[in-house]
Amino acid sequence: MSQIDTTASAAAENPFAGIDQSSGNFSYDVKYDFDAGSGLNERTVDYISTVKKDAPWIREFRQNALKAFLAKPMPTHWATKDLENINFDKIRYYLSSGQKPKRTWDEVPDDIKHTFERLGIPEQERKFLAGVEAQFDSEAAYSNIKDVVSKQGVIFMNSGEALKEHPDLFRKWFGKVIPTGDNKFSALNSAVFSGGSFIYVPPGVKVSHPLQAYFRINAENFGQFERTLIIADEGAEVTYMEGCTAPKFSTSTLHSAVVELVALKGAKIQYITVQNWANNVFNLVTKRGLAHEEAEIKWIDCNIGSRLTMKYPGVVLKGRKSRGEVISIALANDGQHQDTGAKMVHGADETTSNIVAKSISVGQGRSTYRGLVHIPRHLKGCKSNTECDALLINTNSRTDTYPSITVRGSENSVQHEASVSKVSEEQILYMRQRGLTEGQAMSLSVNGFVNDLASQFPMEYSVELKRLIDLEMEGSVG
Amino acid sequence: MSSLEITNLHVSIGEKEIVKGLSLTVNSGEVHALMGPNGTGKSTLSKAIIGHPDYTITGGDVRLDGKSVLQMEPDERARAGLFLAFQYPSEIPGVTIANFIRAALQARHAEGEELDASAYYKRLYQKMDMLKIDRKFTSRAVNAGFSGGEKKRCEILQMAMIEPKFALMDETDSGLDIDALKIVSEGVNQLRGPGLGVLMITHYQRLLNYIVPDHVHVMWDGRIVRSGDKSLAVELEAKGYTWVKKELAHA
Repeated sequence: MSQIDTTASAAAENPFAGIDQSSGNFSYDVKYDFDAGSGLNERTVDYISTVKKDAPWIREFRQNALKAFLAKPMPTHWATKDLENINFDKIRYYLSSGQKPKRTWDEVPDDIKHTFERLGIPEQERKFLAGVEAQFDSEAAYSNIKDVVSKQGVIFMNSGEALKEHPDLFRKWFGKVIPTGDNKFSALNSAVFSGGSFIYVPPGVKVSHPLQAYFRINAENFGQFERTLIIADEGAEVTYMEGCTAPKFSTSTLHSAVVELVALKGAKIQYITVQNWANNVFNLVTKRGLAHEEAEIKWIDCNIGSRLTMKYPGVVLKGRKSRGEVISIALANDGQHQDTGAKMVHGADETTSNIVAKSISVGQGRSTYRGLVHIPRHLKGCKSNTECDALLINTNSRTDTYPSITVRGSENSVQHEASVSKVSEEQILYMRQRGLTEGQAMSLSVNGFVNDLASQFPMEYSVELKRLIDLEMEGSVG
Repeated sequence: MSSLEITNLHVSIGEKEIVKGLSLTVNSGEVHALMGPNGTGKSTLSKAIIGHPDYTITGGDVRLDGKSVLQMEPDERARAGLFLAFQYPSEIPGVTIANFIRAALQARHAEGEELDASAYYKRLYQKMDMLKIDRKFTSRAVNAGFSGGEKKRCEILQMAMIEPKFALMDETDSGLDIDALKIVSEGVNQLRGPGLGVLMITHYQRLLNYIVPDHVHVMWDGRIVRSGDKSLAVELEAKGYTWVKKELAHA
């Protein structure tokens, strides 16, 4: 197997570089044992079901989803027309070298192992994680949970495995938070999903260290469709982190995940994403959590890279006194469009939602915020706060805000604040006068802008975010 | 010993010439005061020296230790040893003073060469003690919501940490009440020494009661019209700028 390497070996020298874009820009010429070919029809879906040995109900679920996907129009009446540039006939929907993830890195095939070593995953696992799953194209190549955590009864495995080993638990919640027909891309995912994580945390168990998944696209013209389902039982607590990279191909790549979270009474789930897709990736992801009584769901979402990201993590506040929070950071550089936001649907009294979204647009980069807050008339004592700040760097940048707040009834409190600021030339000059290069100065401004949010991340991830911002800003000077 | 030589400098903003052939040499260890009424080109001179993009140098030269800085980027000039204490320093939201100064010092290191964090903080706290600055100060975002006095102290602290060869101080006394003026002046006096040359730009003589200059220059209409020792400042104070206008401008 040969290695196609587009950058020098900088990443190899720095195993901690993790998810920075240049270090993600390499690929291996892997011979896949399972390939569903290009294009999408009933046979593609059949092939995936057969390879994965799907139970009949999953087979049926997939075929129904395919119909829903084909029937739904592209949402270009409200979203960007760039979606029309996705060529569904050219995409490969399933590529793998086997369906069973390895439990130790030694068993992982060399090229795949080297990929994750270059991305720093085994190192991070040793340092601070309770468990890791590493997905390479369609399937997890590696999956492991530390003994101390599995002894508490925590289940952390690939969703394909979970379907077989914990079918009842899986089926109870699967597709319940995000129904197949929620949107065109959730339907697509439901038809061809493969990989992703399944987590179950038993009542009262607090997982002390984060569980992490890493999603790696290696192949060209590929679509990655992982499906993640996390269930925190009563009073349980868990933090899940995901990172993603892909090499920079000239053709487009599609990433369309569905992530469902279920926090039962008094449970807490924190879901952290630091994605750094190459800028040929269409990243169209549906993420939603269901919060029962007094439960808390927090999404921390950092979107860097990609050609187009559309992602609006949401929380359905189903139980009394439940809380939902979305912390979102998006950086849109030249040629990128970050269309991100949050959804908060209040469904019970005394529920609280908080959205803080910060976007940075550089050069021709475009960022869009879409927010939805819904509080129906009959509810009492609900609170919702939205803060949405945009930073523009260079005059061509564009930012749009589309808040949609429907609050009925008078016994609820809602706040919405939005601001747009620019990095001024005076500010940059001031920093350069202290010796910082133009790139360092811009990078510091941007880091300052997101600082209050970044400080809420686990340390390793805030360091990573800073590194990514530095890299993007260094590259934007010219 | 270092020198900052300004020779026959001409500076324009857009089409308008502001500095019209100004020459001045500052050596390390010296404090020069540049005085003059508003609109005479003092601030323009300081901004042109540090390479502000809005100011065009149309003639003459600025040399640091014999080497022209005019082709250098603003950050190269800074790293070469030129520091400007701004009259109106910019805010940098979300970036603490401690992190900002650290980034400025880090920028002076070779790539991959990390600043020693504990040594940095030790030195920062020494300088803060010297300048009588409260420890909490450096965890605030740079200039964000600062009073006039705080902004100027922040500039002086940066200067103390960066240790430039030459400091240009643009109207450091503006916007300060008498107590703040005393504190800032004490700070500058602490930093005076054989390794530092200072060009202090001021409209008022009162600053010179606290920071006593070695040389005083009077600027009028883009040029230096008279130079002398500190007694010149006293004379100027007594006779006022109308004296400059009547007697010196046509000398």
